[in-house]
Amino acid sequence: MDLFEYQGKQYFARYGIAVSPGDVADTVEEALAVAERIGYPVVIKAQVKVGGRGKAGGVKLADNAEEVREHAGNILGLDIKGHVVRRLWVERSSDIEKEYYASFTLDRPNKTHLGMLSAQGGVEIEVVAEENPEAISFLSIDPVRGLDLETSRRWVAEAELDEVAREQAAALLVKLYDCYTQGDCDLAEINPLILTPDHTVHALDAKVTLDENASYRHPEWEEYRADEFEDPREKMAKERGLNYIGLDGTVGIIANGAGLAMSTLDVVNQVGGTAANFLDIGGGADANVMAAALEVINADPNVKSIFVNIFGGITRVDEVANGVLEALQRVSIASPIVLRLDGTNAVEGRGILAPHLNDHLITEPTMLDAARRAVALAN
Amino acid sequence: MSIFVDENTKVIVQGLTGGQGRFHGLRNRDYGTKVVGGVTPGKGGGDVDAIPVFNSVREAVEATGASASFVVVPPKFASAAIIEAAEGGITFIVCITEGIPAHDEAVTFNRLVEDFPGVRLLGPNCPGIISPGKCNIGITSGDIALAGGPVGIVSRSGTLTYQALHELSVQGVGQTTCVGIGGDPVPGTNFIDCLSAFQDDPETKAVMMIGEIGGSEEERAAEWIKHNMTKPVVAYVAGVTAPPGRKMGHAGAIISGSKGTAQAKMDALAEAGVHVCLNPTEAGAKMVEIVKAM
Repeated sequence: MDLFEYQGKQYFARYGIAVSPGDVADTVEEALAVAERIGYPVVIKAQVKVGGRGKAGGVKLADNAEEVREHAGNILGLDIKGHVVRRLWVERSSDIEKEYYASFTLDRPNKTHLGMLSAQGGVEIEVVAEENPEAISFLSIDPVRGLDLETSRRWVAEAELDEVAREQAAALLVKLYDCYTQGDCDLAEINPLILTPDHTVHALDAKVTLDENASYRHPEWEEYRADEFEDPREKMAKERGLNYIGLDGTVGIIANGAGLAMSTLDVVNQVGGTAANFLDIGGGADANVMAAALEVINADPNVKSIFVNIFGGITRVDEVANGVLEALQRVSIASPIVLRLDGTNAVEGRGILAPHLNDHLITEPTMLDAARRAVALAN
Repeated sequence: MSIFVDENTKVIVQGLTGGQGRFHGLRNRDYGTKVVGGVTPGKGGGDVDAIPVFNSVREAVEATGASASFVVVPPKFASAAIIEAAEGGITFIVCITEGIPAHDEAVTFNRLVEDFPGVRLLGPNCPGIISPGKCNIGITSGDIALAGGPVGIVSRSGTLTYQALHELSVQGVGQTTCVGIGGDPVPGTNFIDCLSAFQDDPETKAVMMIGEIGGSEEERAAEWIKHNMTKPVVAYVAGVTAPPGRKMGHAGAIISGSKGTAQAKMDALAEAGVHVCLNPTEAGAKMVEIVKAM
């Protein structure tokens, strides 16, 4: 789960990482109230989960109430790469002497943690990595041992952060590492991490991705969920406990297993169609799960046909077939359904469906045949 | 021959008394796997359908001589169960548990490397391993596999592993071993471990490899194949149409920035001389063609 900047800053603050004083605002009036409370000048920042806000006009400096009104009014509702701004973060403007970059993430090939630190922050780190790779200091961290202050001190020196910033930065990086590990982040990134003229170091931005698998030990994540979904289809699917991702095609997809679901998207694409979604119903495809899946897909107005692709392993195909029939009794489905059923008890499953087949409920013998049929019906 | 397991492998099931552990443990035994014990703290002395249950892995290993463990416990207990297996003398651990936090996986993996260098972990979040006719540890349905070789299969995805077995078995092409390495960010066993074992296994004549988006394991495997693999490899990579920045079901299946795309993986594999196919059916057909020509 990706956090908005303001949520990331609130998360950082839990671990003692210094951030600028500020608050969220959903209206111009709220923005004004925050600005009056924290004092001018303030920075008004669009809260969207996409990069390039500044260039799109989503970050503005305001010296007085009039400017807050003007900028907050312009930014709210702004469309930044398909993300409409509904919330602002208003914070005290900081004087900047230097901009650094710091992040922790998993180094998948080496199966260790990777710290990245640069004295050249403020720009996209991919650009720095491309044009000036020696400006980034990489630190490989053994997850068993972690990061201690001594190592962190050597690291900030090696990265050639300004002398006056080093001690504060070293301590902040240890806190950021704690936030990353104890806070179960896939990514904890600060860009820029700034040094002010009066020689304090703090986080001016926050990019945090949380590991959903760890949510059982983080009840505090609940508050982030309310704002998690911008896509109403995904919200509906999540409420029904489904693993769903909305896409913009016309063939609704239901498959068991993430790999097979991904592969189904690919095959639909190969035969000239476009998928409306990714949906993995997992191992137990009973009537409830199937009904919920069909319901979510049925609610998508773009869907013209539905491709149910099942390879029974643990999942028994006869149960899937019964599930589909039961689901159809409960939910009225607008689009034709094409099923491909293979694996455990496939013969029984096809037998169960046989008397019910019509031009709205179709079976095909292979994944490719079923994809072609579903795409033909959608186009 | 087979890799990692064979007909003599003795297996204990950690979590045998749970619903899933019982179901899959008994299925594995019915397949012919030597399932010699179960471990559930506090339930030692009992049995599950005549399989003795022990309080700890150490006790189970001492009593049965098991060398492999099948870990079927919920995510919050899985890391401790894996370490307990290693401490108890198990050398091959299969963990099917889905949903383990990535940081726990990273710590567990490194603890194994540092303190138990002789131990191999398969998974977590994998379907397990099957050597048809000999040993099945995990959740793969034994009847879709065909004994006798000559194909080795290694896959990051569960259902696509079944699909691959199915595509070959219906054409009469058998498998030496089929390994599901799992779709998590920190897999205990990776493609190269399996490719290397298949390369050394005289009965494996060709390898089918199924990858997916995310990470760079397929690219690393391609590099390894280029320099070390003499046996033909057929590959399929799922997720060509996956959008960046979205986890496609598996915790490890995510395209970050320009990294981890299916196209980059397919290009790297093709460049290494691998037969890259666009869907599982095509990959199956290609493998059948290669085997029939041998």
